[in-house]
Amino acid sequence: MNLWEKLTTSRVLGGKEGVLGLALLAAIIFIVLPLGVDIFRLNLIGKYLTYAFVAVGLVMLWGHGGVLSLGQGIFFGLGGYAMAMFLKLEASDPISTKIQSTPGIPDFMDWNQLTALPWFWEPFKSLPLTIIAVLTIPALFAYVIGYAMFKRRVGGVYFSIITQAVALILSILIVGQQGYTGGVNGITDLKTMLGWDIRTDSAKYILYYVNGLLLIGAIVLSQYIMSSKFGMLLLAMRDKEERVRFSGYDVSNFKIFVFCFAAILSAVGGAMFTLQVGFMSPSFVGIVPSIEMIIFCAVGGRASLIGAVYGTLLVNYGKTVFSETYPELWLFLMGGLFIAVVMFFPNGLAGIWNKYAEKFGWFKPKEDASGTSDVKKPEAKKFEVSASEVDSEATALTSAVTNTTQVAATTKTSSKQANVVNTPAARGA
Amino acid sequence: MFGYSMAEIGNIVVMQGFSGLSMFTVLLLMALGLAIIFGQMGVINMAHGEFMTIGAYTTVMLSKVAATYGFTNYYFIFAILIAFVLAFAVGYFIEFIMIRHLYKRPLDTLLATWGLSLVMQQIFRSSFGAKEVSAELPEWMLGSFNPTPDIDIPINGVFVMALAALVTFGVYAFMFKSRWGLRVRATVQNRTMAGAVGINTAKVDRITFALGCGIAGIAGAAFTTIASTGPTTGTLYIVDSFMVVVFGGAASIIGTIASAFGIAQAQSVLQFFMTSSMGKVTTLLAIVSILMVKPEGLFASKLRK
Repeated sequence: MNLWEKLTTSRVLGGKEGVLGLALLAAIIFIVLPLGVDIFRLNLIGKYLTYAFVAVGLVMLWGHGGVLSLGQGIFFGLGGYAMAMFLKLEASDPISTKIQSTPGIPDFMDWNQLTALPWFWEPFKSLPLTIIAVLTIPALFAYVIGYAMFKRRVGGVYFSIITQAVALILSILIVGQQGYTGGVNGITDLKTMLGWDIRTDSAKYILYYVNGLLLIGAIVLSQYIMSSKFGMLLLAMRDKEERVRFSGYDVSNFKIFVFCFAAILSAVGGAMFTLQVGFMSPSFVGIVPSIEMIIFCAVGGRASLIGAVYGTLLVNYGKTVFSETYPELWLFLMGGLFIAVVMFFPNGLAGIWNKYAEKFGWFKPKEDASGTSDVKKPEAKKFEVSASEVDSEATALTSAVTNTTQVAATTKTSSKQANVVNTPAARGA
Repeated sequence: MFGYSMAEIGNIVVMQGFSGLSMFTVLLLMALGLAIIFGQMGVINMAHGEFMTIGAYTTVMLSKVAATYGFTNYYFIFAILIAFVLAFAVGYFIEFIMIRHLYKRPLDTLLATWGLSLVMQQIFRSSFGAKEVSAELPEWMLGSFNPTPDIDIPINGVFVMALAALVTFGVYAFMFKSRWGLRVRATVQNRTMAGAVGINTAKVDRITFALGCGIAGIAGAAFTTIASTGPTTGTLYIVDSFMVVVFGGAASIIGTIASAFGIAQAQSVLQFFMTSSMGKVTTLLAIVSILMVKPEGLFASKLRK
């Protein structure tokens, strides 16, 4: 087996189509964009790509798990603020803040008559602790919310409304507690990380590449999770929760896990946002940004990890172009986009792509491909039938189903497991 | 306590309580509309606040017309009616072109109506300007009466409260005492069976949705008596109204009234003793915590699901 075969048959990468899609995305992020645009625009794209972390998390949570959180801005904000607090403390060393009445604390604290650093700022003096905080605080927060809600079988719209309220609470709290959080302006004037100036062009290039690598890593990790037994159960749970529960699984644990996973991804995005953009403010925490992030995911195709990245780039590019030239037109477009995606393209860009790929016969698994020859043929057939039976109006998403088909085709799944996925997908119609 | 004497605290509580009552009426009217749309039909209408704004702008416009033709004293009654009719009509239309295709996907109605709310906000901004406008209140609604020298109760608050009581009673009568309400409840409980016994469920859905929007329009008319209206006014109330409905138990009118009262009063009194933002945060946090312990809300309907 050469490397190509190894790659294309690896279940983690989702077969040949998955590898090509990932390679294309990587090529665009790492080669085409850096060569094609200047550093100012590239930095802007880097900013968009940090939202893509949230969108990828939402694909897992909403597209695959069927749980719609209207509060992903919470976690984006928590990650972003954690990083911003570290950078702010480094920027406000006693020498550069000696004109303040209390040197050595961030400027906005001084303006608000604080004379000492609040206790919860202390850990953010060290970078390792900050990184741990970026990863654990959102996860813990998500765990508490998720545990309280899912263990009591609160799901669906109630979960959405409650997460929305939490996002509102957090944004009001940040704006209201100006002395501790920087208020409505957020945390600004971030300069260096461990003495390394993050505002220079070279730093921006490096951060852009780090961001891109992390994003690709996040997608591969998500694909790995989806290709495991857990991923199948997640899909099954989305389509027919009771059946999975009656099979003896504790579905609330799956939901809690995927909620925490999405939260961590969002937080990493938030931290990278702070590093690349140089500030963090409550305008990325509240309800409006949280819902906007859902549209990034929905435009890309709610069940497609790679589609989510394209969706994010496209919507944000449109937002930048239109809000610069026709600010009053932008809200119409954004609103129209929400309505159109939901009503006419529930599978987003990925759905359109899959439709045409199917029509023109791109990426059809070749019969003689040596790597996939050990697939159980009849089973794969059965999957395709169930996929075609899925009514496009119903909740089942074709791309998700194709995804499972691939997974099933590329792994030697036991038939018992396969049935778990197959039945709900067909019943979802 | 907080440097006030007991008598002062008593007065503060009464007056803050009363200013809380004006907020209570707006929240209650908003939440009644939502309780019908969300509690009965399961549709998450994120544009509900914008239907309220329709009502508010209608009232403001009518007050301008009234000022020109000199019927300022009694325009408000017409404003309430026209606000209801307009919001009802827009709701009817929106249900027809959008909502009815999405009943099977509740989470998607959320996104679609959010898009709708963005579009409506921009329509308001383009047609009425970004500035906040306020209605000129008729003379008899201005002023206040003082039961004791320290207590000051605005008359418009009393009027709006009477309006809210009337609407609440109307909704109750409609939902539980009329043929229409029977059809609505039948459709909600079992759509297929309701259709089988000859109820036109599509029509019931449309009327129900439009009615909820119409009540939001009345909320808008009431809103103009306590604050000025801008294009984004509706979004300020949408989360609160959802919290009212969820907290009260989605399908219960008593629950909606109780939770609207509790939330408005808690915010109003807390905002006096803390900063305005902390008052709101404390209230919302309390609701979220209670909902985590008791997710079905205060007055859940005892239905087996």
